[in-house]
Amino acid sequence: MSFDVDIELTLGERRIACAFASGAKLTALVGPSGAGKTSVLNAISGLLKPSSGRIAVAGNFLFDSSTHCDIAPEKRRAGYVFQDARLFPHLRVEGNLAYGEKLAAPAERWITRSNVTGLLQIEDLLGRWPATLSGGETRRVAIARALLSAPRFLLLDEPLASLDPDRAEALASLIERIRDTLDIPILLVSHSADEVDRLAGEVVKLDAPDTDTPQVSSSTGRRDL
Amino acid sequence: MILSTAEWAVIALSLRVSLVAVLVTLPIAYALAWLIARRRFPGGMLLDAAIHLPLVLPPVVTGWLLLIVLGRNGPVGAWLEAAFGITLVFNWLGAAIAAAVMALPLMVRAMRLSIEAVDRRLVGAARTLGASPFRAFLTITLPLSLPGIAAGAMLGFARSLGEFGATITFAANIEGQTRTLPLAIYSGLQVPGNEDAVARLAVISIILSLGALMVSEWLVRRSQGSRAHVL
Repeated sequence: MSFDVDIELTLGERRIACAFASGAKLTALVGPSGAGKTSVLNAISGLLKPSSGRIAVAGNFLFDSSTHCDIAPEKRRAGYVFQDARLFPHLRVEGNLAYGEKLAAPAERWITRSNVTGLLQIEDLLGRWPATLSGGETRRVAIARALLSAPRFLLLDEPLASLDPDRAEALASLIERIRDTLDIPILLVSHSADEVDRLAGEVVKLDAPDTDTPQVSSSTGRRDL
Repeated sequence: MILSTAEWAVIALSLRVSLVAVLVTLPIAYALAWLIARRRFPGGMLLDAAIHLPLVLPPVVTGWLLLIVLGRNGPVGAWLEAAFGITLVFNWLGAAIAAAVMALPLMVRAMRLSIEAVDRRLVGAARTLGASPFRAFLTITLPLSLPGIAAGAMLGFARSLGEFGATITFAANIEGQTRTLPLAIYSGLQVPGNEDAVARLAVISIILSLGALMVSEWLVRRSQGSRAHVL
């Protein structure tokens, strides 16, 4: 199983239940705005503690309330590309890329700095401050930073949003390449049906909460890879 | 403006008392500010109130409380004298402690605001990139709250420089030991015909305090934009 998730989240007054098991290399998480897709990614990355349930990625338990297992976020090694990028404002682009890179064991790295900067076309941005980047540039730097931290799985929150078509295409093919050549499970949140059709091996639909059945339906695999 | 040797000594003592007070208080104030800004714990509100007490109490009362606890007959003061032979009363260290206690709330407030202004989501991002909580604090929260630390230090310095009530109550008014600028001005006013000396010391006080405030304003504006303020 790439992702085996069965959790209940409490966000203030709201409760989000989410259960799915996916064996695909790339799983898409879809659903209406406010359904809690990002919260599910936060829970898998360890930034949000579920009130109960369990999370396993690639066979490793990251969280299990029944055994009080809760791996710290820095030990989960998620390559999390946040929807709002979250670049560190006091570090130049280069410093942002180096942040996770130097915390990763050299043996675990699966992509080099020059590879990443070439693929995402950010060589010219290395000396810039995050505040001076455009939306698309910010996103590409955020993706590069996550890839360089030698993650064991990727959590991509709308990675192609706000990119121009050429760059979106380049990034989509990079994601395809990671999916096809590396043993790194990917969970993708997306609003774009095209993107999901093209990339995802399995699609999980998260329903809007506060309905009678706040349970998530896990659809069948569309195209198992 | 020509100053006498005694007046230079007053200025030197004031600077020493204020600098020691601020430097010793800085890490304590930052730790307290971080606790209040980032942690919810039982007694948190009580701690917050206790830190702010010197800001709302009459300084004389703060000095009296220090005298009760740290004076020669106070529980801590008696122990210090018996164990180390240290007397805080009548000593410049006592003046520094009085200044530190009075400066603490201002320093905590400035630092707390800047810690609260650090986006916690950035700390979360650092954690997913492999940083332990302590490392994330050192590399994200601390550098991003630096302006608050600078502003807090400057405010604390200015406050220490002007401290009068708690100092005269706790450490007394001893020339060369605890007679800082405000105390020297007060003492000068007790002697007739001393207006010039008083005026000189007052001008020095204004210059030092205004300078500290302007430096802290400048630091905050430089890092947080032209609309930010210290106070």
